Amino acid sequence: MHAESEIRIPLILGNKTYRNISDDIIAPIEGKAARGWYTLITVCAVCFLWGIGCLAYTIGVGIGSWGSNNGVDWAWDITNFVWWIGIGHAGTLISAVLLLFRQKWRMAINRSAEAMTIFAVLCAAIFVTLHTGRPWLDYMLFPLPNQFGSLWPNFNSPLLWDVFAVSTYATVSIVFWYIGLIPDFGMIRDRVIKPWQKKMYSTLSFGWGGSARHWSRFEEVSLVLAGLSTPLVFSVHSIVSFDFATSVVPGWHTTIFPPYFVSGAVFSGFAMVLTLMLVVRKIYKLEHYVTIKHIEYMNIVIIVTGSIVGVAYLTELFVAWYSGVEWEQYAFLNRATGPLAWSYWIMMSCNVLSPQLFWFKKIRTSILATFILSIVVNIGMWFERFVIIVPTLCRTYLPSSWNTYTPSFIDIGIFVGTIGMFGTFFLLFSRYFPVIAQAELKTILKQSGESQKKAAAEITPHGHH
Amino acid sequence: MGATATNKHIIHGVFSDEVPMLEACKKLRASGIRIKDVYTPMPIHGIDGIIGVPRTRIAICAFIYGITGTSLATLMMWYMMVHDWPNDIGGKPTWAYYFAVPAFIPITFEATVFCAAHGMALTYFLRCWLVPGAKAKNPDPRTTDDKFLIYLELNDEQSGKAQEILRNNAAEEVNYKGAFIVPPAYVLDETH
Repeated sequence: MHAESEIRIPLILGNKTYRNISDDIIAPIEGKAARGWYTLITVCAVCFLWGIGCLAYTIGVGIGSWGSNNGVDWAWDITNFVWWIGIGHAGTLISAVLLLFRQKWRMAINRSAEAMTIFAVLCAAIFVTLHTGRPWLDYMLFPLPNQFGSLWPNFNSPLLWDVFAVSTYATVSIVFWYIGLIPDFGMIRDRVIKPWQKKMYSTLSFGWGGSARHWSRFEEVSLVLAGLSTPLVFSVHSIVSFDFATSVVPGWHTTIFPPYFVSGAVFSGFAMVLTLMLVVRKIYKLEHYVTIKHIEYMNIVIIVTGSIVGVAYLTELFVAWYSGVEWEQYAFLNRATGPLAWSYWIMMSCNVLSPQLFWFKKIRTSILATFILSIVVNIGMWFERFVIIVPTLCRTYLPSSWNTYTPSFIDIGIFVGTIGMFGTFFLLFSRYFPVIAQAELKTILKQSGESQKKAAAEITPHGHH
Repeated sequence: MGATATNKHIIHGVFSDEVPMLEACKKLRASGIRIKDVYTPMPIHGIDGIIGVPRTRIAICAFIYGITGTSLATLMMWYMMVHDWPNDIGGKPTWAYYFAVPAFIPITFEATVFCAAHGMALTYFLRCWLVPGAKAKNPDPRTTDDKFLIYLELNDEQSGKAQEILRNNAAEEVNYKGAFIVPPAYVLDETH
């Protein structure tokens, strides 16, 4: 066990013991759900159902029911896909990258951030499977032996790389999440009394016992999975950006895309983690675990990634001017001053200006301000993807194919439906699964618990450990 | 050792904190007592060396699965894009693997991660026998919550000594859980 400097603010507030941590994590599972939970899940489920209706309609009549047209052939579908995949990235960043950097504050939020990742990737998957037009033929994306002769997918295509990247990312995230959940399911299994709960958590816990040999393997597996997930998460959004960057469309054909997409993804993902955690900590009374300090740390990540995104926007503009390519220059002029300029300026103000407010300590430690800004950032990030895709495709090389775009009722329905699905899954998760990685949290109680830190400070008043 | 059947006594030493528990483990080991296992609510750093758990080789497995993934992806893309049907894109058929190697890197990487992660996870589940429907492995349900348990299986002579050491080292409970008889053929030499 290592000591921690006493000037660091404790990560676990309230004078907790190991038993208290178990009690607090199990409380939402054993107790009755709050009324707010029922209201929220009803709203989300209704949206979800609406989405399923629109989805069924799309499968029935085809993607002609969308607002996409000849010219603007990618629109809300890919905007939503990239937005959801990006949101997922914060979960992996928190659980993998922060694990490698030994940031202990991740332990309060990694479980729900990983859940968010999985649900967001599921939402993204809906759009990519549907946008092919005939989703029942999507198996042709995989390199399966087939009856068509030597017909294999094209491995030179970034769209195919994306199939591999997203499937790897989704499955590895699920496994990483579940391996972490097993010890916590074990704790719940040993604590719950109702027979159906006992049965359910026994099955979910896979017979976990917490033997020293199993913990030793658990830790090694977590470390190696974190090591694998770190380059994986960067690769996924880089490959998503290749879908654009390797094309010859002005405004897309640029080498800045991979880092710009990855930082944008982390930026929007952290905002979504904040939106969710602020609700979860309130409903389930987890203020002692997800403290103001945790919120501040996340807001700092938002300043950093938001600023990277801002610099990327400006670099794009500079390079367009500096390239001397008039089509490239026009693409950006069109974004900022064309018919859809309002979306560009929403993006600029939400993504570049709004996170700068977090330089003020008052704002980044205020729950209300953080909640509002986290939603603003996600609106901005949705518009970023919209701006990259739609205004660009509205005005490509040939003025004769210039076009405009309006989403259809079905487009809106499917998007709202994925938000409903995400919300429904997340609410079910927070009600029946341990929302905080309690076993991991217990490892930092001795050095980062409030009373434990006070006791340590009394023994060595000058902090020389 | 050997020709006669021996009694094995099962002893649980229960602690409510990991520090005295580790201290007791050290004392037990110093008096030549083998610790069968320790059950704890969370991972305890440094316990492996104290109770004699060898370092896990699961990371080596992950490496082997990973390079298997690299090879499979390379083989697959070579077969599909070069050998079976040199795909003609823009009048540039891939006559050899190296013609298009940069385009093959992303999927090679993804396949490496896929195989390493899933192979290692599967190995972990099977090696620890963590499968749906498996019986709970902890001998006392409190060990997933806030209790730390040293699990011992000892012969007549060591059993008394171990219980004494546990009591002298702040064990909250020392529970004698009965004995079982080990047939002579299965008695191993555990003197060291």
